[in-house]
Amino acid sequence: MGTTVLIVDDSKLARIVVGKAITALQPDWSRLEASNADEAVALFDTQRIDLAILDFNMPGRDGLELAEELRARFPDMPIAVATANVQDEIIERARAASATFIPKPVTEDGMRGFISGAALRLRSAGR
Amino acid sequence: MSGHSIFLEELERDALTELVNIGVSRAASSLRKMVGEQVLLSVPSVEVVTRDGATALIREREAGELVAVRQDFEGVFSGRALLIFPEANSMALVHAVTGGALSAEDAAEMENEALAETGNVVLNSCLATMANMLQRPLSMSLPQVMRGDGSTLFDLSHQNADGGVVLFLYINFAINDRDIRGYIAMLMDLPSLRALRALISDFIERVAGDVG
Repeated sequence: MGTTVLIVDDSKLARIVVGKAITALQPDWSRLEASNADEAVALFDTQRIDLAILDFNMPGRDGLELAEELRARFPDMPIAVATANVQDEIIERARAASATFIPKPVTEDGMRGFISGAALRLRSAGR
Repeated sequence: MSGHSIFLEELERDALTELVNIGVSRAASSLRKMVGEQVLLSVPSVEVVTRDGATALIREREAGELVAVRQDFEGVFSGRALLIFPEANSMALVHAVTGGALSAEDAAEMENEALAETGNVVLNSCLATMANMLQRPLSMSLPQVMRGDGSTLFDLSHQNADGGVVLFLYINFAINDRDIRGYIAMLMDLPSLRALRALISDFIERVAGDVG
């Protein structure tokens, strides 16, 4: 089965940019999108999702809260949080939730580490 | 509000909000370094309103006197950036950025200087980030501390050509564990908005390619 990545961001443009970078790095992956945490959680109830890239600053629950919730449900899933907000507390919370930090504005280069790491982990887990 | 569509298409508005979000996130990271505490941010609001409307938006939230650090910016588009907070928070912010190293007297004496420097760091990091993403330089005036209500803060100099309509962007911030909160706001007049809109289209084209 192919790999499915979920992109969660309230900005449509940001979802397009992240999607473009993923397509460049992993053209075979399929993509799902959600514009807030609730939509994202609902998608996990109906879809098989292998990894997730979350915006931090969103209306409603932020990306870190979502990362913490997803981590509790999916202990091994690769999760990344994308933000330009590089405050120590935010990086620390991302780390505590075993989420990778991706700098915004998102670029292919900025995503490469997370995407290739996730691809390796998923392959070795046999997915 | 339906009036927005006159000025900005949905994706342009989305892109502008995202630009502001990234700019302000960097600014919050800079402020965090100055105060040593986490800075919490809201999601940015972007509105096209009259100057009075902008004043009303702040007045709805803040009844008391305000202090603001103001920096005007100029380039392909121009306007004003402000770091605004209630006057009652002013000394607490000065204490936060000086790390409690000053006596009450010295802090009072240094108040304006400390506020101006804080505003300078926060507003520059926000505007410089946005300018870099739009690939156009902006020159920024020296920071100036102002006191008063919203109408004095939002009074742009070369105004009224378009009935005083401005692009008004604002974000709430709060400093964790300290009773300090305020706003980062930006105002741009209509000719600037047109120039900005062209840059935003280029930006969308650059980062997203042809998405219609």
